[in-house]
Amino acid sequence: MTPRTRFILGRTLQSLIVVIGVTIIAFFLLRLVPGDAVTVILGSRYTAAKAVILRRELGLDRSVTAQYVLFMGHLLHGNLGTSVYYQQGVWSLIGQRLPVTMWLVVYSTVLAILISVPLAVVAAFKRDRVADQGLRVGFILIFAMPPFWVGLMLALIFGIDLGLFPVTGYGSGFFGHVSSLFLPTLTIALGFSAILIRTLRNSIVAVLHAEYVETARAKGIGWLRILTRHVLRNALIPAISVIGVNLAYLIGGTVIIENVFALPGLGTLLAAAITNRDLSVVQGIVLFFGIFVVVINLGTDLLYAFLDPRASNV
Amino acid sequence: MSSGVPAPVTVPIGTAEDKLLSRRRRLPVRAPIVVGAVLVTFVVIVALAAPLIAPYAPNQQDLLHTLEPPLSPSHLLGTDQLGRDELSRVVWAARVDLLIAFGVTIVTFSFGTLVGVVAGTFGGIVDAILMRIVDVFFAFPLVVLVLAIVAILGNGLIYLLIAMWAVTWVSYARIVRAEVMIVKHQDYVPAARALGYSRWRIMSRHIIPNAIAPAIVYGTIDAVNNVSIGASLGFLGLGVQDPTAEWGKMISDSQAFIRTAWWLPVMPGIAIVIFGLGLSIIGDGLADRLRDKSDA
Amino acid sequence: MSDSAPPETLLEVRDLRVAFTGRARTVYAVNGVDFTLAAGETLGIVGESGCGKSTMLRTLVGLYEPKTTVCTGSIRYSGTELLGVNESSMRRVRGAEISMIFQDPMSYLNPVLKISEQIGETLQRHTSLNRRERRGRTIELLRLVGISAPEHRLKQYPHELSGGMRQRVIIAIALACEPRILLADEPTTALDVSIQDQILRLLADLRRRLGMSMVIVSHDLGVIAQTCDRVMVMYGGELVELAPVRQLVRTPHHPYTAGLLRSLPGSVPSRYLHAISGMPPRLHSRPRVCSFRARCELATEACESWETSLLEVEPGHAVRCLNHDRVRIDD
Repeated sequence: MTPRTRFILGRTLQSLIVVIGVTIIAFFLLRLVPGDAVTVILGSRYTAAKAVILRRELGLDRSVTAQYVLFMGHLLHGNLGTSVYYQQGVWSLIGQRLPVTMWLVVYSTVLAILISVPLAVVAAFKRDRVADQGLRVGFILIFAMPPFWVGLMLALIFGIDLGLFPVTGYGSGFFGHVSSLFLPTLTIALGFSAILIRTLRNSIVAVLHAEYVETARAKGIGWLRILTRHVLRNALIPAISVIGVNLAYLIGGTVIIENVFALPGLGTLLAAAITNRDLSVVQGIVLFFGIFVVVINLGTDLLYAFLDPRASNV
Repeated sequence: MSSGVPAPVTVPIGTAEDKLLSRRRRLPVRAPIVVGAVLVTFVVIVALAAPLIAPYAPNQQDLLHTLEPPLSPSHLLGTDQLGRDELSRVVWAARVDLLIAFGVTIVTFSFGTLVGVVAGTFGGIVDAILMRIVDVFFAFPLVVLVLAIVAILGNGLIYLLIAMWAVTWVSYARIVRAEVMIVKHQDYVPAARALGYSRWRIMSRHIIPNAIAPAIVYGTIDAVNNVSIGASLGFLGLGVQDPTAEWGKMISDSQAFIRTAWWLPVMPGIAIVIFGLGLSIIGDGLADRLRDKSDA
Repeated sequence: MSDSAPPETLLEVRDLRVAFTGRARTVYAVNGVDFTLAAGETLGIVGESGCGKSTMLRTLVGLYEPKTTVCTGSIRYSGTELLGVNESSMRRVRGAEISMIFQDPMSYLNPVLKISEQIGETLQRHTSLNRRERRGRTIELLRLVGISAPEHRLKQYPHELSGGMRQRVIIAIALACEPRILLADEPTTALDVSIQDQILRLLADLRRRLGMSMVIVSHDLGVIAQTCDRVMVMYGGELVELAPVRQLVRTPHHPYTAGLLRSLPGSVPSRYLHAISGMPPRLHSRPRVCSFRARCELATEACESWETSLLEVEPGHAVRCLNHDRVRIDD
């Protein structure tokens, strides 16, 4: 087995363990309900007949272990339970709402990279100068603002006062989405950039001081080539894992921001499910996001191993 | 000479080199921690002295003077849709939001640090189990897990606190454990062990004081996050309930009037930003100090 | 190169001063150094860490942070002034006319670029060779520095090579454009003892075959003695002794040089290794009197007020010490 295969297998196994942990937490979430779970889940739609069915489905008459095995069995068959409010499978509900959330996640990741990479380069090259200090103060300020408030302010200024962008809705077609989702995406991307730019700037500064940059200078090559070939290449590879690690944070932002801009994604579904006490939907979304983050983290780590020739040798 | 260092002998200034040198010398600007401390202290004093500062009771309605803009004769920051004084509500809300910020951060800092120290010091199977648990929590978007727990337990400030306690300690555990691993392998720890000091003494005297600094820096940032999460839940109508004033909830309630009454979402937001900015500046400055210390 | 005429002076350094403006205080790293380097000559620079030797070497090719470094004096290469010329003119010299190799071969190679890319880059910058020709030249270079199976090595990354092999790659990068001067900063310090010797032999051999001049910086007088024609001893950013290598080793005239020689294992008939007591200075002001006097066994009252200058004790042998005639290596 090559070191690279061993690394991939080891890392995948580790993710699998975390996924099992994620299912355990999601499982216990519904068992945390004070009082009788079935009564709470059914809420105002409680009937004795429904209660019997649900009780059997959740296996509440059996031991906790047996209940978990049952839960995992359903899960592996793609059965996340049924929404008592929508009278529909939780998995198909998630499927309907997923595109909006994915759009937001991908779009804001791209926008955040477009914002932070050039700014981080400027800050690193002008370190401790006015530009660096200014960017630092600017992003400290953004970090101090709750995302939902930034979203509202952007909507107030660009959407309502200036009328430049739509403030609600999802739009249609690719460019419709790009334009309709611009303000929510910018909101999420700004918050994400506040984290990303800091890490990037510091890793660029570190690389600028790296010995191999001195070798490159000693070769007599120009700064633009040093920047693209030696500095960014080495500084951006670690940024991939920073993006992976902060993906959970980004999704958290998405969930809130969907509610600010009334976008039909998983975040608004979650908020509605909480209001309606539609607990199987809550559980399903938690489970979905948990597994999604683990999978993406695995993906970024493998990508890292692929891009950095040293990583698979560790 | 006793010091072993030659006495400095300076060449008279005026050479070309000196001219260049005097032009280049420049002290870098430092994030002034004191500015951050002033902002945070200001918000804390406002919260403590709310009854003295607020011109009205926070829930006192005046249906004849609804949605008055700021700088109106009797309401400095205007009134909301129920004619409640915006300034009074912002001031009283500080109590709730600061309770969330500090109430959550202090508890999670203590618990997470304890877990991190235990995992790092004992190592082996204890470490493996604790860190896998931490990994699992890290898989969830924090806000989503907090929302889910509040959804299960019910609305209310205490459930909000419980949910945040349950979820946000994990960062501290991970940070402190990593530091402990570093400190553990520095020379003085094996030396203390060789001298026969007990594990507890080594932990309390050597490991914890050295490993805790990054957790403190993170704590200031985390407090900013906690205000943001608390306000976000308020914004979604979870956590704090009517008629209690809370910054996030105030912003949320104002959404329907955003086109006519811009000050309703703006004022509580500015309050959040002042507090968050103060904490961030402190955290940023502390992180700098820490980096300088490790560079030295 | 002509055989009878005195060898041409390739590099002429006059009153070189380098200072760093730090966050709070200025550090005076190099304080008025003069020397020349003849074509084909190998000059050694020896001194403790922090004596300014590496700083001086980097200054010769303009490898310093222009924002925080102040350099004055003169560095003439083949009659052209290098100090203070703009960066793009300097870049034409670096890697083509004057090359540099470094201490730690691992950290001086870019971890994410293949060996072929790292050598090819220099060729791409300074020559008009096309891709195929560059590949051919790269293979030739790897063979020149003694790397076997060069076609295979081209595709590898630095972490896949051994320490000695990496240093050979660094040397190949430096030699790519056949420079006239090779600057070597502690070229063997980070290597295993067995590899050190191989690399030093390789450098001496390459110098002879390619007819270059070399400047080797080391804290190890043994390394210098093995490879160099002349030696310059630096202390506190100053040149304290300059002499042909044999002369310096046999009859040092500076107490610091004598101390360095005594600390070499097996160099003098003594049962103990000697260490020079005290710490090298970190200068926050420019020295005017002897900065070694605090650690010097021979220091007298007169040293406190003597404004130092270089004294020529024999032709080609200069020393910065009042008591140079009292210096002995044996106890």
